[in-house]
Amino acid sequence: MKPHSGALGRLASLKLLAQRFAFLSLIFASFGLMILGKADTSLVERVRLGVSDAAAPILEIVFRPATAIADAVNAVRELGSLRADNDRLREENARLMHWQTVARHLDTENMALRTQLNFIPDPDPSFITTRVIGDTGGAFVHSMLINSGTKDGVRKGQAVIAGEVMVGRIAEVGERSARVLLLTDINSHLPVMIEGNRAKAIMTGDNSDRPRLNYLSPNSNAAPGDRVVTSGHGGVFPPGMPIGIISSVQDGIVRIEPFVHRHQLEYVTVVDYGLAGILPSDNASEGHDH
Amino acid sequence: MKTSWLQRMDLWVRHLLPAGLTLMLVLVGAMPTHLPGFAEISPQLPLIGVYYWAIYRPDLLPASMAFAIGLMNDILLGTPLGVSSLIFILAQGMTMSQRRFFLGKPFIVAWCCYALVAAGSILLEWALVSMLYDHVIPMTPVFFELLMSIAAYPILSWLFGRTHAAMLRAE
Repeated sequence: MKPHSGALGRLASLKLLAQRFAFLSLIFASFGLMILGKADTSLVERVRLGVSDAAAPILEIVFRPATAIADAVNAVRELGSLRADNDRLREENARLMHWQTVARHLDTENMALRTQLNFIPDPDPSFITTRVIGDTGGAFVHSMLINSGTKDGVRKGQAVIAGEVMVGRIAEVGERSARVLLLTDINSHLPVMIEGNRAKAIMTGDNSDRPRLNYLSPNSNAAPGDRVVTSGHGGVFPPGMPIGIISSVQDGIVRIEPFVHRHQLEYVTVVDYGLAGILPSDNASEGHDH
Repeated sequence: MKTSWLQRMDLWVRHLLPAGLTLMLVLVGAMPTHLPGFAEISPQLPLIGVYYWAIYRPDLLPASMAFAIGLMNDILLGTPLGVSSLIFILAQGMTMSQRRFFLGKPFIVAWCCYALVAAGSILLEWALVSMLYDHVIPMTPVFFELLMSIAAYPILSWLFGRTHAAMLRAE
């Protein structure tokens, strides 16, 4: 830049004006984005997932070393408790063997009864197990990024489980990545029932780690310790998937402690039960292929 | 003065550092930590970058860059689009307009002012997200997120300070 005497002052004030204008237009652009997002156009979602897809490989590479270090530390720590763990597992194995016999027996009995009744079974689920690449933190949104998307068969609205317990559902799908909305998120609403007495309710997250039960009938006798499972209403998830236990009943507010521990999730399973359900799906016609 | 192509390239990369590091913080914020209870209150890291560079090198992280970083943050974290952008540009503009006050002041002053900026930003974020979701977000985790953000400042500020010093040495 060459300093030119008179023009410089004018140039500076012009530059300041331009800067102010740019600043104001950026503020308007932010509000515009908020309104656009609120209108929930598919365009916003496509842009979001395009960026997530691009960031997915970066996230995976960046945190690989972190995982390796954590694994090494864990391995050393586990060495110490090896003998105790072994004893515990042997005991547990014996107990589970007994349950396996019972389960096999019940399974054959169930099968025999079903054939007698001409029972139409639920469709067989298919599974996609995938790695959690982003635990997008913060007090405002409870969600996770996984590194599978439409190309692996992940669809919007599918249930996400870890082991046997419910984690959440797929909220957005990109080509290579997808966003899982956790049970505790403020936008999560799930039809559930209390396992013991089949009382139905809607479990609603509120961004705390204890989601609450809404619309529970007052004479349902919910008590702390009762197991809560999916009810299958709305046709989104199959009934009977474990969610958590009732942790407190206070002034008519029932809170649930989910079985899932968010910080331990490294791999999750996306389950496709072939239930198209009431969820809006971008390819509802594909949902009936199974 | 004639500068070689390589030197210009070097300067260009150096000048990308503040924005690049801040963008990196967005990715770090999205990484799974596997620490119990951490994810719900994980700190708002990129805001620290926006604040720091608005004081010391506002030319290298201008409002437009703060907007882009905020957009990236919203997309990766899943917060409603535009919320982080607005917060980052407001924080950037406010800090930059007062930057003369900070120059030459001890670290503790910058830290205290950061606490104020962070409190304002997170409160605004809380109001905006609550409005966009039609639900009042509980305050407790938001408060702890603020505390975490304030606690993270010294470390990141030291890191940025080292980067800044290295940049000055090279220039």
